[in-house]
Amino acid sequence: MVDLLYAVGVAPFKDMAGAPAFLIEVLIGGIFAGLMYSLVALGFVLIFKASGVFNFAQGVMVLFAALTLVGLLERGAPVVVALALTTVVMVALAFAIERLVLRPLVNQAHIILFMATIGLNFFLEGFGEMLWGANVKKLDIGIPDRSFIVRGVQINQLELTAAVTAAVLVTLLAVFFQRTRIGRALRAVADDHEAALSIGVPLKTIWIVVWSVAGVVAIVAGLMWGAKSGVQFSLSLIALKALPVLILGGFESVPGAIVGGLIIGVGEKLGEVYWGPLVGGAIENWFAYVLALTVLLARPQGLFGEKIIERV
Amino acid sequence: MITTDRRSRRDSLQGAGRAGAPPATTLADTRDGFVRRATVSTILKTRVAGGVIYREAGQFKTTYGADQAVFPVAQDRVVVAAAVVAAFVVPPLVASDYWLQAVLIPFLVYALAAIGLNLLTGYAGQLSLGTGGFMAVGAYSAFKLATAFPHLNILVVFVLSGLVAAAVGLFFGIPSLRIKGFYLAVATLASQFFLVWLFNKVAWFTNYASSGTITAPDRTLFGVVITGPNSTAAARYLLALGLVAVFAVIAKNLVRGRVGRAWMAIRDRDIAAEIIGVRPLRTKLLAFGISSFYCGVAGAGLVFLYLGSAETLAFDISISFLVLFILGSFLGAAFIVLMPIVLANAPHAIGLRLPVALQKQIELMVFGGLIIFFLIVEPRGLARLWQITKEKLRLWPFPH
Repeated sequence: MVDLLYAVGVAPFKDMAGAPAFLIEVLIGGIFAGLMYSLVALGFVLIFKASGVFNFAQGVMVLFAALTLVGLLERGAPVVVALALTTVVMVALAFAIERLVLRPLVNQAHIILFMATIGLNFFLEGFGEMLWGANVKKLDIGIPDRSFIVRGVQINQLELTAAVTAAVLVTLLAVFFQRTRIGRALRAVADDHEAALSIGVPLKTIWIVVWSVAGVVAIVAGLMWGAKSGVQFSLSLIALKALPVLILGGFESVPGAIVGGLIIGVGEKLGEVYWGPLVGGAIENWFAYVLALTVLLARPQGLFGEKIIERV
Repeated sequence: MITTDRRSRRDSLQGAGRAGAPPATTLADTRDGFVRRATVSTILKTRVAGGVIYREAGQFKTTYGADQAVFPVAQDRVVVAAAVVAAFVVPPLVASDYWLQAVLIPFLVYALAAIGLNLLTGYAGQLSLGTGGFMAVGAYSAFKLATAFPHLNILVVFVLSGLVAAAVGLFFGIPSLRIKGFYLAVATLASQFFLVWLFNKVAWFTNYASSGTITAPDRTLFGVVITGPNSTAAARYLLALGLVAVFAVIAKNLVRGRVGRAWMAIRDRDIAAEIIGVRPLRTKLLAFGISSFYCGVAGAGLVFLYLGSAETLAFDISISFLVLFILGSFLGAAFIVLMPIVLANAPHAIGLRLPVALQKQIELMVFGGLIIFFLIVEPRGLARLWQITKEKLRLWPFPH
């Protein structure tokens, strides 16, 4: 018993103190991994905020964007053209989803829309692979996947790029939401569908815009994840990794997605490195969920979610 | 101030949604009160117009018992009784082993899991994505029980493994007291991933099998081999059907009684329910426990009656989604079981030869597309279709 307590409560911290450079490396790895999760979680948040739809297909949208991008690159398109075309494809996808899925399901309960997005998940998975093939593809965006060493701490160049990209993306989104006309309309819709409609905000357009923006976010996420681990089916599973980030940060909060991602990323890495061996490893599938759940028990709306006020 | 405004907006939105269509949490719309009221009005109508076959006019209920019966209309009783008898007698005589094994048995197993999920999600309003995990608990405890106590009756094994799953479900249901809606749905994923990881990791659950699979042993019931490699598909079919029949009756009686009313009250507005005296703690946990019991028995059935042997892979997240879709599609469990078979064979039937990969991708697309299609056409699923059929039948063959 004492041994167990020691192994759980003391030994990991001794390990941390014993090798601070390694600890910092683990922390940095966690931060980067967390930002990668945030990129996926951002797409969820945007759509949930503006339409109340819990878009389970976000992970597959990332895969789809990455597949399209790689497919175009493989056919010899220059990077800029490929990116532009992929954006066009994602916007077209947003149009199609709004017209074929969301509009017929307007005013249905959340769970129905949620199930529809799971259906969309299956559809896009098949569609993407049919168009571009199911084999693993390498996505080379010109950033070498190598590390350099700063004061004895290894830093991966690709992960650093991803982190910077995530930061830029979040800033852009914040500006877009706060400073532009469409952004204001988006916030109005998120705040109150009916009031927004009554003052003439076109709901359909807003939905298309927000799904398009989520599509663009998916491109960025697909770019980063694809460069890191290749473009393949398992890319769509990162949606499952982004979900704990989402509940931890709060469904409606863009900053929440970022902070949640950081907490999950760091917590997951620390747990895996220092406590994982105690239970035989491979805990990354559920550890993030347990972490998020613990926070949720204290704050049921996540760290940054809108305060839930309940009344009859 | 702002937050309160938001809240009231949300209320009014929900109100608007309800005015348009009944709340969709009634995935299986069986609010008895509502149905009964409809019946009264249609009885009046049929007296004037007069349906021919499905005629309720003249069936007077003179006791409370008759009024509260599960099937108050005589025709319903006859049809359902006939259907049950037919289900027990016809397939074992007529259907080939392939049909029993590949279609009917999985159909029954998934249906049982869907009944369980419907109690939790449809009636108590707690969205859960942990079905696969709870089914895994049932399957692995059934395996452990059956191998540790070889002389234990297989039915007892099934019930006990359901109870184990219920205990696990109770534990994972605790967050539901504080977490609601999609937050809860994601939180239940924790149970899904944790349980599957646990069974994968701890070799004790598989009796230290090097392959990591659990295999259903041969067990007999009334002298007939009913599980394991030496059992016939017909025997397993009958056991699965028996389980579904018994547990469906129990579920039906649960939801039309005090427990079911408490669940629906919690679902429709939990705070209001609490104020009128429904205890949320007990009610929600009971829903999780009973639902997990059903999923556990279904999981045991999945391995013992359908697959024969399984790895944890059989219980991954996609099975949770499949069971959820059963609630949403108006063909119910039949859709989930038949769809892959139809899709796999359709290209051959029309003389099309497709590469395997392409066919797989098209299957996925059609499957996803159909789910969306069904949701658009009839979001309230099978139960609603049944209701419509009944209303149509009441008037048949007259148009009004």
